[in-house]
Amino acid sequence: MMWRYLIPISVFLVLSAFFVKGLSLNPRYVPSPLLGKPAPEFELPRLKDPNLSLGSVDLEGQVSLLNVWATWCVGCRQEHGFLVELSQENNVPIYGLNWKDDRNTALDWLSTLGDPYIGSAFDELGEVAIDWGVYGAPETFLLASDGTVLYKHIAPLTRDIWTSEFLPRIISECGSIPCPIANN
Amino acid sequence: MIPEIGQFALILALGLALIQATIPLLGALWSREDLTAIARPAATGQFVFVMAAFIVLCHAFLNDDFSVLYVATNSNSALPTPYKIAAVWGAHEGSLLLWILILSAWTLAVTVGSRGLPHEFAARVLGVLGIVSVGMLLFTLLTSNPFERFFPAALEGNDLNPLLQDPGLVMHPPILYAGYVGLAVPFAFAVAALLTGKLSQDWARWTRPWTTASWMFLTVGIALGSWWAYYELGWGGWWFWDPVENASFMPWLAGTALIHSLAVTERRGIFKSWTLLLAIAAFSLSLLGTFLVRSGILVSVHAFASDPERGLFILLLLGAITGGSLTLYAFRARYLTVEGGFRLVSRESFLLMNNILLVVATAAVLFGTLYPLFLDALGMGKISVGPPYFNAVFLIPMLPLAVLVGMGMHTTWLRMSGEPLSKRLLFPAGIALTIGIIFPFILFGQASALTLVGVVTALWVIASSLLEPAKRLFQKNRSPMPLTRGQWGMYLAHMGVGVFILGATVTSSYTIETDSRAVPGDRWQVGEYELYFRDIRRIEGVNYEATEGEFEVWEGDQLVTILRPQKRVYRVQTSPMTEAAIDVGWGRDLFIALGDPLGDGAWSLRVQIKPLIRFIWLGALIMAFGGLLAIMDPRYRVKRTQEKDAISKQSLETA
Repeated sequence: MMWRYLIPISVFLVLSAFFVKGLSLNPRYVPSPLLGKPAPEFELPRLKDPNLSLGSVDLEGQVSLLNVWATWCVGCRQEHGFLVELSQENNVPIYGLNWKDDRNTALDWLSTLGDPYIGSAFDELGEVAIDWGVYGAPETFLLASDGTVLYKHIAPLTRDIWTSEFLPRIISECGSIPCPIANN
Repeated sequence: MIPEIGQFALILALGLALIQATIPLLGALWSREDLTAIARPAATGQFVFVMAAFIVLCHAFLNDDFSVLYVATNSNSALPTPYKIAAVWGAHEGSLLLWILILSAWTLAVTVGSRGLPHEFAARVLGVLGIVSVGMLLFTLLTSNPFERFFPAALEGNDLNPLLQDPGLVMHPPILYAGYVGLAVPFAFAVAALLTGKLSQDWARWTRPWTTASWMFLTVGIALGSWWAYYELGWGGWWFWDPVENASFMPWLAGTALIHSLAVTERRGIFKSWTLLLAIAAFSLSLLGTFLVRSGILVSVHAFASDPERGLFILLLLGAITGGSLTLYAFRARYLTVEGGFRLVSRESFLLMNNILLVVATAAVLFGTLYPLFLDALGMGKISVGPPYFNAVFLIPMLPLAVLVGMGMHTTWLRMSGEPLSKRLLFPAGIALTIGIIFPFILFGQASALTLVGVVTALWVIASSLLEPAKRLFQKNRSPMPLTRGQWGMYLAHMGVGVFILGATVTSSYTIETDSRAVPGDRWQVGEYELYFRDIRRIEGVNYEATEGEFEVWEGDQLVTILRPQKRVYRVQTSPMTEAAIDVGWGRDLFIALGDPLGDGAWSLRVQIKPLIRFIWLGALIMAFGGLLAIMDPRYRVKRTQEKDAISKQSLETA
């Protein structure tokens, strides 16, 4: 037998090994090293007004969401409608981290599709995203009022995931919905 | 009771598929005509039962039978009838049934189209198709039964995902699947040739029309998907390199390579083992796509509800079909090699380069798609590969390919001296360079280097494709040989490639995008148009409520059109949908999407002018039409006279 005719089947077997392994992995599950730890400090210009800043200080004091989004990300487009809905329920303040994006395109996106965010930080170079361990958009962090990361969801947020993963954690954190605002 | 009939029909189809997958192959092995003769009736019967199951599922949707779980999750009594039909393949179970229906339809076509082929060979082809069918039917019946009951029955259904309630999406899956699944036919021909251990040039001639036909469907299917993404996702893009898009694009690239290498194998009897490998690869990539989309192994927007059990099953299927055929290839391919040389400047060498570049492109897309999985499996972290990688890596093999296409068409088989080629191509090259460099500046005022390269390449491909047809049309006395349909098809398909490149380049370079805030009564200028915001009002759709804006578009004193973009909220799945309004034109599309109310009666608006975007899909349609012409070449009509068996047997033996 000539060896070169074995090349295709060998390549296929190597690929298959990855697929078998891949089946037991969940691409949406990323054990964030940040879980249960304080979120990294950050301070960035705001998307809507570069002269104002948005940072860890603004998020503290109550349970909040930080949603990593970008206009080039298809998943973000998919979850956007739900985020707008969620913001209208007024249970949890939603902050945005606009990641590696173009400011004008991002502003267009918000004006066209609706703006669910209390404010969006503009992370043009993706530096803060690196500190936060963001590997792809969309990602949504649930943060406690002291800035601890309670949960992290990768991939578009849906009503189902909200109900099954986020709500129970919020309720156990502060005992009610919406959370009472802490006085510090 | 009726849904159970559907399930029963599927079980009967599985029985017939088992017969089709075993007895004809044994018959061919033992040279027993009584056994091989079972292939055709088994395949026909299988089609009848799969069709019956499919009709039963359609019936359940049309009659709002919410006691069927699949219907209850994907339909609603208020859903308009065409979308009830589209909902049949709107999610995993039903789309799998559609997959199987299309496979059995192709198999049925093979039972008819293979009547002129040697008996044993046809039996092997049908047997291999039977094996694929057994796998898919088992997959449906064991893991994804569309007829599963839901007790107690739901009063109302959960409705079809609003994103899928769209005319483009009614046709997209059946056509795309016809392409995906059609690649099973050249695959079966390849495995049958490996089983026989012989491969004649006739084999390539038999395989070519099937390959081209499925490639044609795949081309149209991908174009429809891109068109849908453009107007339905609401922000004007047309290709996103999403894993699911890649899953349909990889078989297309491999299929394109296969079409070209089949041409060499048919005409010159070389590249045999390579052609077989491409035929196996093209269908394997289809299956791989199915695996990626349905196993949840990669994160994608389009992905079906994922399920590891389904993933494992389809991986086993992939292992059996691809692993099995590649093992067979490893043992048998060496018997098929033929020594045969060709010169550097010959059609063979251009087609060889075509194949290398297309395979490199396929590998680049495959690598980018699977890269996140590789890293994850190796414990090296999680990443996502985005459009920047694909755009860069894809352009590297595709640009030289486009340049070579223009030359390769004008080469001849075996050998050719370099001079006439360069002389013949001087004219199209001159046209492409002159027009391609001057016109972007005249029409758009500025151009980047990459834009110029794109436009020149596009015009080069178009001009060199039109060279021969133009000669036939305008100087009849000087060209002795009329073009065959196959040649017309080839020139046309290549022209389609040029048209596509032109559209893609111009659209991505010269799109004008603006976002504005406007109240009814406002007038403002976008590009060469003046927009007038006439009115905004609420309207009631069949199963949604919408806010509809009305915009007049003026060019000077001329009313161009009135556009009515909507924002819809569907009643059951309450997610808001943006329905952009588009004024379609050959030169440009004018695209308006309605944003959100900004207070005081003001609205945010996104307006885009996208020049030549239609050329992207027009190019794909021209390619597909070229394929259609090529299939209709009389050369492929297998003789049905009595001499047929004698001739084909002889040719098989001499090969």
